[in-house]
Amino acid sequence: MAPGAPWSSPSPVLAVLLFFSLVLCPAQAIVVYTDREVHGAVGSRVTLHCSFWSSEWVSDDISFTWRYQPEGGRDAISIFHYAKGQPYIDEVGTFKERIQWVGDPRWKDGSIVIHNLDYSDNGTFTCDVKNPPDIVGKTSKVTLYVFEKVPTRYGVVLGAVIGGVLGGVLLLLLLFYLVRYCWLRRQAALQRRLSAMEKGRFHKPGKDSSKRGRQTPVLYAMLDHSRSTKAASEKKSKGLGESRKDKK
Amino acid sequence: MLLLLLGIIVLHVAVLVLLFVSTIVSQWLEGHGHATDLWQNCSISAGNVRHCFSSSTNEWLQSVQATMVLSIIFSVLSLFLFFCQLFTLTKGGRFYITGIFQILAGLCVMSAASIYTVRHSEWHLYSDYSYGFAYILAWVAFPLALLSGVIYVILRKRE
Repeated sequence: MAPGAPWSSPSPVLAVLLFFSLVLCPAQAIVVYTDREVHGAVGSRVTLHCSFWSSEWVSDDISFTWRYQPEGGRDAISIFHYAKGQPYIDEVGTFKERIQWVGDPRWKDGSIVIHNLDYSDNGTFTCDVKNPPDIVGKTSKVTLYVFEKVPTRYGVVLGAVIGGVLGGVLLLLLLFYLVRYCWLRRQAALQRRLSAMEKGRFHKPGKDSSKRGRQTPVLYAMLDHSRSTKAASEKKSKGLGESRKDKK
Repeated sequence: MLLLLLGIIVLHVAVLVLLFVSTIVSQWLEGHGHATDLWQNCSISAGNVRHCFSSSTNEWLQSVQATMVLSIIFSVLSLFLFFCQLFTLTKGGRFYITGIFQILAGLCVMSAASIYTVRHSEWHLYSDYSYGFAYILAWVAFPLALLSGVIYVILRKRE
């Protein structure tokens, strides 16, 4: 743009800068992912998964915080903290000596395991991740339900029984037909060898056919067909030869 | 000859109808103003209002449902295979596949009804109950399916 020219349109340099800032440097925010709800049985252990997405590289100052809000309670207490490569586990509260850190910041995983569940552990757990300089973001909540016995979802047994039995029957059928097909092929090969050995002799397999069962009609039909086509072709050639002779 | 074929097909269709009705109608157990299983649990409360809820999610009930559905599947497959084999079987051949599937259907109904008989007290708390007509139909379908399957196995194809 020439200096002194009237200001008619916004500066293209500004537009380029805006474009780059929006595309190459997206909104700086950290996004945390957890399960929505987790079921556990009394006395067993449960894993609370927490993963995140950050626009920055994982720094050494990354920190994870787990908070717990009891069911029906109003306040959330902090039960776990991880900072500067060191996990800090609750040693005085209700989760004393029950939390185990199984996460790894390099794999973007901030999961913890709670051992020896109790009914009082019902509640909401919040996972908070801060990855300086990327510190603005939404946390994610997971609700823990503790049961006496973890119920299986409806339809698992139903689907398993139907699928299993149908699959098994289909497999058996396939196996049976495969075996029968291989056996038939071997029979056909043997028959061909037999007929080749007895070539020239009009051998009729009379009484044996009834013993061999259902398969023989098919094979018998094949031999018949081959012999009949051979005879027909011979007749044709003979016929043609004769007609030519007649013409002459 | 044609009469025999018709008779066999009528028997097979009757078994199929019995299986369908027994599976679909939720009246395996009934009592005073309530009828339950396999899929729904309906009761008529005071004021002639009918409430229907889903049946329990008990694993044994799920297996009964699964085996009843399997018996229908096998019976339908058997009918379809019968017509296939009618036109493709060689002379003197037997309807083995058809018979096997029908016998499997019969065994499935039997196992469903047996499991139900033994385990139904696990998920319902009625004190006054009696077995409904759908339950009876399941037991009736079992020998008929077996008979139909055996007839297919010993039948031979002619012309």
